[in-house]
Amino acid sequence: MTQTFLGMPATAPPGVGHLRGEEPFPVAARRALADSQLRRNVGHATTTIRAKSGAVIGELPDWEHLRAAGSAIKADVLARLPELLEQLEAKVTQAGGVVHWAADANEANRIVTDLVSATGSDRVIKVKSMATQEIGLNEALADAGIEPVETDLAELIVQLGDDRPSHILVPAIHRNRAEIREIFLRAMPGVDPALTDEPAALAAVARRYLRQTFLSTKVAVSGANFAVAETGTLAVVESEGNGRMCLTLPETLITVMGIEKVVPTWRDLEVFLQLLPRASTGERMNPYTSMWTGVTPGDGPQAFHLVLLDNGRSAVLADEVGRQALHCIRCSACLNVCPVYERTGGHAYGSVYPGPIGAVLSPQLTGVADNASLPYASSLCGACYDACPVKINIPELLVHLRDQVPHPRGESVAMAAAAYTMDRPRLYEAAQRAARLSRLAGRRGRGLPPPLNGWTASRDLPDPPAQTFRDWWAER
Amino acid sequence: MSSRDLVLGRLRAALAAGDPAPVEVPRDYRSEGTLDLDRLVERLTDYRAHVHRVPEAAVADTIADILPAGATIVVPPGLPPAWLPSTVTALVDEGLDNGRIGAADGVVTGAAVAVAETGTVVLDGSPDQGRRVLSLLPDRHVCVLRADQVVATVPQALARLSPHRPLTWISGPSATSDIELNRVEGVHGPRNLHIILLL
Ligand code: SF4
Repeated sequence: MTQTFLGMPATAPPGVGHLRGEEPFPVAARRALADSQLRRNVGHATTTIRAKSGAVIGELPDWEHLRAAGSAIKADVLARLPELLEQLEAKVTQAGGVVHWAADANEANRIVTDLVSATGSDRVIKVKSMATQEIGLNEALADAGIEPVETDLAELIVQLGDDRPSHILVPAIHRNRAEIREIFLRAMPGVDPALTDEPAALAAVARRYLRQTFLSTKVAVSGANFAVAETGTLAVVESEGNGRMCLTLPETLITVMGIEKVVPTWRDLEVFLQLLPRASTGERMNPYTSMWTGVTPGDGPQAFHLVLLDNGRSAVLADEVGRQALHCIRCSACLNVCPVYERTGGHAYGSVYPGPIGAVLSPQLTGVADNASLPYASSLCGACYDACPVKINIPELLVHLRDQVPHPRGESVAMAAAAYTMDRPRLYEAAQRAARLSRLAGRRGRGLPPPLNGWTASRDLPDPPAQTFRDWWAER
Repeated sequence: MSSRDLVLGRLRAALAAGDPAPVEVPRDYRSEGTLDLDRLVERLTDYRAHVHRVPEAAVADTIADILPAGATIVVPPGLPPAWLPSTVTALVDEGLDNGRIGAADGVVTGAAVAVAETGTVVLDGSPDQGRRVLSLLPDRHVCVLRADQVVATVPQALARLSPHRPLTWISGPSATSDIELNRVEGVHGPRNLHIILLL
């Protein structure tokens, strides 16, 4: 960190956390496509949620006004981010909290690990937080001999199944009830083998399994959905009550929050508390929302730490077009409407941020070179833009980022042409079909017709997929 | 240089190039609505809360019907004693430990605000609502609500609440959408939510 050129926006460092996939999107997507159970599970879930969400959004005559307000509030936040963070820091401190600043994932992990170690606890309970997944906090804690226990049902399914999350909101969306039952029987001691795969029965097993852990763990780590600069109030939106457990029972609470989560005023919550549940779980309101300001004597954790995380966000902010990706409230509506996500699931995107938002956020956080295939993980159909409750123009961002994908000399022209054809479905289809044919003919990577011939010669760029997105779409 | 200065410096540098114009937030969404208690009942019921509409004098009898005779409940220190039936044992929270709270058959609280449009009740830790843990560990939560605490919309609710109190917004019993994206009742919070709405 001392080597950092002072004050220059910086991308998220490599070697820590989960923002970079191990292989390009098309390679991972090809494998996902071969898994028909996964496609069925994801397809079933996204179809369900789209219907629910559409129904409750339809109940609000002013949905479009709320979207416009939400988008404007976030634009205002970004324009005034430094002063709002300073205000938040002052208010949290005034209310008895301690604020820490983390320039990147390594620093955030170190701060949290040190805070936990100082309490003497060797275990923390966690409520689902994208930020802590992004920085790889669980690995850092485990390295320090601290056991992180995920308490969100889906996270628990993922953790017990030794699996990776595949959706922002429902990380185990790729698992159906029968698979979840099997994971519980295998990984939870003392579960009755007569357990059925009824969702209520599965939930009851998780309740029993975690209750003692909730009551006996002295430190919790959470994320935050919103932080109000004006008052220092933090908000966590959840369903199961595991969030309330983590925010209420332990002696020490550590909240890790991306710096873009701040909102200026208390009143601004009236917009987001209407947008978020309807766009995400398709509910008028999620079962539980907790709000707290610093420490409340006699009620809840008596030590509160807030870790403000940059980890590449300053670099996203520096791009005037790209910065709108920081509006994101992690509702996952864009995943649920995306024809590409529906077929590949979340793992193919490599990063913890999958789907359309991941395709534009991950490359910006890491620098486009480290996630070069993601801006192409889309057919630019525009459904994500229409669904986004804070009006992030994801298609515009995808095209913008495609321009920044680095190419070896001589290739940029071909790349630009490729982007051009991808923006024009007919040409793209024709070019991709031609690419596939040439590959079948055994002239891998060399004999493609223009404009793709230069592109596929690059070592950085993937082979054309065996089947194009548009073919997948058309086949359905 | 501290990390604080580093991060703030990066952000200022990121903004310096474009110098974004001040943003005006359009607030032409609905801030108020017409109060409709039937709508509240319908929305609460839709998310599987049990609703009882009774006069205040009948609260104790209603609670006696909800909780089995001989049940032990926990209550916040400021709960009106007249609400409690003689059929249950009430432990008043004057620093009860979590074990005793968790072992209780239920909890009875008041409320701060309710939102009709979303079927939500909000607790703010006032003396008739108590510490957050009280309404969290027992499996049955009975919440007594006065009609004048109900507002139509989310903006109206926020305007009535203080950010300086710990707030819990509750919309139906504990639930999850994590199994195939269906809402299923019952994970870690109370699996039974009863709202007694006073006539
Ligand atoms: S980009 Fe928009 S739709 Fe996608 S998760 Fe973020 S807020 Fe939701």
